[in-house]
Amino acid sequence: MLKTLLKEKHTLGMVLFIGSEAVFFLMLVLAYVYLRAFEPASFTAASALKPLQTGIFSLFLFASSGTVWLAHRSLSQKRHTALCLWLAATIGLGAIFLIGQGLEWRDLLRQNIDVSQHLFGTTFFTLTGFHGLHVIIGLLLLLITLVLALLGDFKSGHSTAMETISLYWHFVDVVWVVIFCVMYLWTLL
Amino acid sequence: MSEIPLVPENHVPLPNVSSSNGLLAWVASVDHKQIGIMYLLTTLLFFLVGGIEALLMRIQLAQPRFSFLSPEAYNQIFSMHGTTMIFLVVMPMLIGFSTYIVPLHIGARDMAFPRLNAFSFWVLLFGGLLLYFSFLAPGGAPAVGWFAYAPLNERPFSSNLGVDYWALGLLCTGTGSIAAGINIIVTVLTLRAPGMTMRRLPVFTWMSFINAFLIIFAIPILNAALAALLIDRQLGGVFFKPSESGSALLWQHLFWGFGHPEVYIMVLPAFGAISEVISVFSRKPVFGYAFLVGSGFGIALLSFAVWAHHMFAVGLGDPLNLVFGGASMLIALPTGIKVFNWIGTAWGGSIRFSTAMLFALTFIIEFTIGGISGVAFAVFPIDWQLTDSYFVVAHMHYVLFGGTMFAVFAAIFYWFPKMSGRRLSERLGKWHFWLTVIGFNTTFFIQHILGIIGMPRRVYTYPDLPGWGWMNLVSSIGAGILGLGVLVFCWNVVYSFKRGQPAGDNPWDAWTLEWATTSPPPPHNFAQVPPVRGRRPLWDLHHPDNTDAQNPKVSED
Ligand SMILES: [Cu+2]
Repeated sequence: MLKTLLKEKHTLGMVLFIGSEAVFFLMLVLAYVYLRAFEPASFTAASALKPLQTGIFSLFLFASSGTVWLAHRSLSQKRHTALCLWLAATIGLGAIFLIGQGLEWRDLLRQNIDVSQHLFGTTFFTLTGFHGLHVIIGLLLLLITLVLALLGDFKSGHSTAMETISLYWHFVDVVWVVIFCVMYLWTLL
Repeated sequence: MSEIPLVPENHVPLPNVSSSNGLLAWVASVDHKQIGIMYLLTTLLFFLVGGIEALLMRIQLAQPRFSFLSPEAYNQIFSMHGTTMIFLVVMPMLIGFSTYIVPLHIGARDMAFPRLNAFSFWVLLFGGLLLYFSFLAPGGAPAVGWFAYAPLNERPFSSNLGVDYWALGLLCTGTGSIAAGINIIVTVLTLRAPGMTMRRLPVFTWMSFINAFLIIFAIPILNAALAALLIDRQLGGVFFKPSESGSALLWQHLFWGFGHPEVYIMVLPAFGAISEVISVFSRKPVFGYAFLVGSGFGIALLSFAVWAHHMFAVGLGDPLNLVFGGASMLIALPTGIKVFNWIGTAWGGSIRFSTAMLFALTFIIEFTIGGISGVAFAVFPIDWQLTDSYFVVAHMHYVLFGGTMFAVFAAIFYWFPKMSGRRLSERLGKWHFWLTVIGFNTTFFIQHILGIIGMPRRVYTYPDLPGWGWMNLVSSIGAGILGLGVLVFCWNVVYSFKRGQPAGDNPWDAWTLEWATTSPPPPHNFAQVPPVRGRRPLWDLHHPDNTDAQNPKVSED
């Protein structure tokens, strides 16, 4: 596993990029935890979050990690139609998650909670915003892959693009697990 | 029986160095040698700009209550000087050397991702221009220091766009650095020539490799802080606004969480270059290779655990201060090991005092002075006394100029013949060297004393207290001498590029692979990579009866 990783430059590059991105998100999460630990009074608005609703939308994102894995497997089994279908499913699931995020943002904004309102607003919109940005980038990459696949690419059974994009997509998923825990589940405590 | 490593052919042919397209061939280049040279030229240009800023400050400080610069102008210039030297000179200059040298050191044709390599450079240049564009914006350049402490960096205290340009510029250069870091790591791991095992990597390439890890894990910390700062400034966020229960201290934690590893990002490849130069000009293999490399790892790991030594005066409390003070002292160990490695390498060697070697040996002395004054800060009562004084300015310049810049000069004298095909003039080199040594120590040594007697840093002028006037004048005169040295150096580069003595493939009789090819190397680097059976492939090639493998004294440890 490690041996092959050390030979395949694209996968290796993506792993390193993810490592760097992970530090970026870790810092934003730590900043949130630090501020919340020292200034709990500025986080009362966190009660406006809906952990159940967002939890359900999160399931779509988690499921998309599974479908992208299936897409990758279909690729190595040279099942071209399955590849296209699983890619489309991944994009659909990711998009549903993003819609959920949009609904939640709209709810908060309607309650006058925005990025300039208290530490909660600032940290919430920063963290979910940067994560959402990564989801959008991931969706664009998946969309390009899907279009290429529909045009007949990826029939060789191996594609570094597919491999690196699915790695990235899993990463976006894991980041959401962390954000969901510190942002939503902490509120339930 | 070709020994050329299997680099996949690019679909688009790489632009040719000798292409007649002139400038376009450089702008469109994805060749690591051209990109490396563009890195070096760009950073040299910014070095001159940052140097002029330094001279302007030294003129203002030459006498008490001088009014050469307004307070506002001074604040902008000292902020830009620090930001320029750190983000647009030292760091990208070392990355530029890595970009040029690492593929040659490992016998590769190019970096792993040539296009990404070009992106790294251009986004650096763009970030630099963005930063300097702030001078044209209303209100001028940022005036918050290179560290941009909160809440001074927030809208209510810095209402013009300077800080926004600063943050955006650094986000650009940081992104370029991360891309370069990923590229260097993947290059070293995947493109080594047959026989070039990790245990045979030249020390410079090892240090570049370790440095790349520091870059990809430290820069995102700064990026997160900059993103949060921009959200505060542009969207009305409250991350670092104490008036709205944000935390100014959080900025310091994030900034120095990046800032201390950054110190080593600015010195590790310099350590590597020094190791090459001292070894070659002492005619001896590097002494204690495993220790040199291992201590590099030690420094890299420790550097992420000592950031709060920049915050002793903040009032974190004694338990935390003790932990961070102790951890900071630990860093002296691996650094000290390196110093002994270099002394051990030169010891008993037949030393050739070329300009490169003079700079390298002087590096050891100046860097050790900076290291000792640095360890003093780890004893936090000393830090409480000296923090924010000129002692700190002296310390950091001994590390960054006496250390890294001396190493950079050594590296330029060492590798210029490879890059240009001509040697730099040794005669001008000696002038450059002595002017630099005298100018540098005159400028900065006396600042230790100024700091001890209480002169604060970051002030645009000072009262006429006993001793302050003449000591500052001495420091300013030193800066002038230093500036002269830089002029001689620039003249040397221009002159030698046109009229220098032709270098040949291997002017220093060195042993690493870059000297096996022509000077400058062809676009594909090597017609044939020599066999690599030890750490000094060219020594083995020229001494088949006495290879390193046969010699128990230099066998791989
Ligand atoms: Cu430090």
